[in-house]
Amino acid sequence: MSEAPKIQINHLTKIYFKKHKAVTALKDINLSINDGEFVCLLGPSGCGKTTLLRILAGLEKPSAGEFHIRRTSKDRPLQSMIFQEKGVIPWLTVEENVAFGLKMRHMPKTTIKQQTDYYLEKVGLKEFRKLYPSEISGGMKQRVSIARAFANDPEILLMDEPFAALDEQNKFILQEELLTIWSETKKTVLFITHSIDEALLLSDRIVLMSTQPGQIVREKMIDVPRPRKVEAIRSNPEMEKEFVDIWEHLQTAVEKARQS
Amino acid sequence: MATKVEEIYMENSIAVEEQMWRKGRRRQQLKHMLTVASPVCLLVLWEVLSRTNIIDARFFPPPTEIIGTFFKMAASGDLFNHLGISLYRIIGGFLLGVIPAILLGLIMGMYRPVRYFFQPLVMALMPIPTLALMPIILIIFGISDFSKMITIAGSVFFPVVINTAAGVANIDGIYLDVAKNYGAKSKDFFFKIALPGALPVMLEGIQMGQAIALLTIVAAEMMGAHSGIGYLIWTSYKAFLLQQMYVGLILISFFGYFFSLLLRMLQKVLIPWKK
Ligand SMILES: Nc1ncnc2c1ncn2[C@@H]1O[C@H](COP(=O)(O)OP(=O)(O)O)[C@@H](O)[C@H]1O
Ligand SMILES: [Mg+2]
Repeated sequence: MSEAPKIQINHLTKIYFKKHKAVTALKDINLSINDGEFVCLLGPSGCGKTTLLRILAGLEKPSAGEFHIRRTSKDRPLQSMIFQEKGVIPWLTVEENVAFGLKMRHMPKTTIKQQTDYYLEKVGLKEFRKLYPSEISGGMKQRVSIARAFANDPEILLMDEPFAALDEQNKFILQEELLTIWSETKKTVLFITHSIDEALLLSDRIVLMSTQPGQIVREKMIDVPRPRKVEAIRSNPEMEKEFVDIWEHLQTAVEKARQS
Repeated sequence: MATKVEEIYMENSIAVEEQMWRKGRRRQQLKHMLTVASPVCLLVLWEVLSRTNIIDARFFPPPTEIIGTFFKMAASGDLFNHLGISLYRIIGGFLLGVIPAILLGLIMGMYRPVRYFFQPLVMALMPIPTLALMPIILIIFGISDFSKMITIAGSVFFPVVINTAAGVANIDGIYLDVAKNYGAKSKDFFFKIALPGALPVMLEGIQMGQAIALLTIVAAEMMGAHSGIGYLIWTSYKAFLLQQMYVGLILISFFGYFFSLLLRMLQKVLIPWKK
């Protein structure tokens, strides 16, 4: 751990001010994430997870504090986001959606073709490349989103509950697929979820948040060896204990929020 | 033996579905027939009432006679002159109105300050019928084709500009986030997000504009023209040649139908992602 962290967040605070009322969405967030680490941000809904990700994605400005993402190459985009459902653009085909980031950065045509083909193949959408999003299923749409982000080859990946709207089965399949693709690239990932199971399966480290105000309250290392399988995590007694521990923690966080 | 039973079940299922499909197709054919039936019924009724003098044949000449008049007028070549000149004015005026409307609408939709600046102007000018400005337009541009085009353009402009601006402004915020996150700059943003995102609503505005263009051309040619379908209708009416007037009216109605079909087809081509 001699290297500088890939993502460094210092005293990040975000307050929404509306009609003389201030809502503290994030309060004094401090977090550093190492290169190649897969970190899950876990917390009840409304605790500011999306807000934090949108700030890192450059879509919103913090009220106070700062963050830094370490660059390795100036041709690389800093970050790419995988959005909560609906993130694929309906008037572009599957293929055009995957190529979107590369095209917007005006990469050479051959690079675009190569990258797009590679990730279309990876997510199993090669035969569907000419279809529009309205013609494919929800799971396939999220595959498009994943392929688009990886094809863009950013420094870090940000994912905002990408599987929340999927049915259980599709969710498991996509989680494993994501791990497979990720293990090849070893990109740094900050992944948001409110599902404990999902966090246990995916992450090297889980960062727990509480609500009102959104704060980091605890961190947990998950050192189950990879590659991981849904069944293996489910049947691991160690993970069962972790599940209950996190569950209890979230319960108390929710109770506290209710009382205040 | 189980396989035998299964096979019978399979065959039955196919038969059931086939029957349903046939039924569906019959229903579809009936629908098409009914769509054609209504104008035909009206024409037959008109013919009978007119021939039996239950309605005044001077005001409502039987359709068969109108068709006869149409062929007579077509043979003289006069009709096609009027038709051609009207079509020229409609298309010219339509483009003259639609193109600036799309450009202004897109810019209004994309840039809030531009929208706030132009919105009150558009709202205030929209209710003024361009036809009411016809005298001024005629003074400025004379009794030329261009004055008719300007009149049409003025009426077409407003629905298109409003729909285009609304189309852009109502693009789901998530696509703007995606575009920004993946580094879309202004030109790409315009062509990959704003324009295609606004297209469906914009085309509805153009469809409206097309109908208004037809309404406008007839009235404009009645007031200040020496040619065109509107002029034909007006002079036929004044000379009490009602059969010729009806030919003009029917041609206008046919134009409306034809342009609607054309735009519908354009919609299919331009918006392939909508099923
Ligand atoms: N644009 C906004 N304006 C005002 N309040 C907001 C805005 N976005 C989020 N919030 C508030 O900030 C808090 C955190 O929201 P969010 O980051 O979406 O939570 P999460 O993603 O964890 O569910 C919530 O209380 C929410 O109401
Ligand atoms: Mg959220």
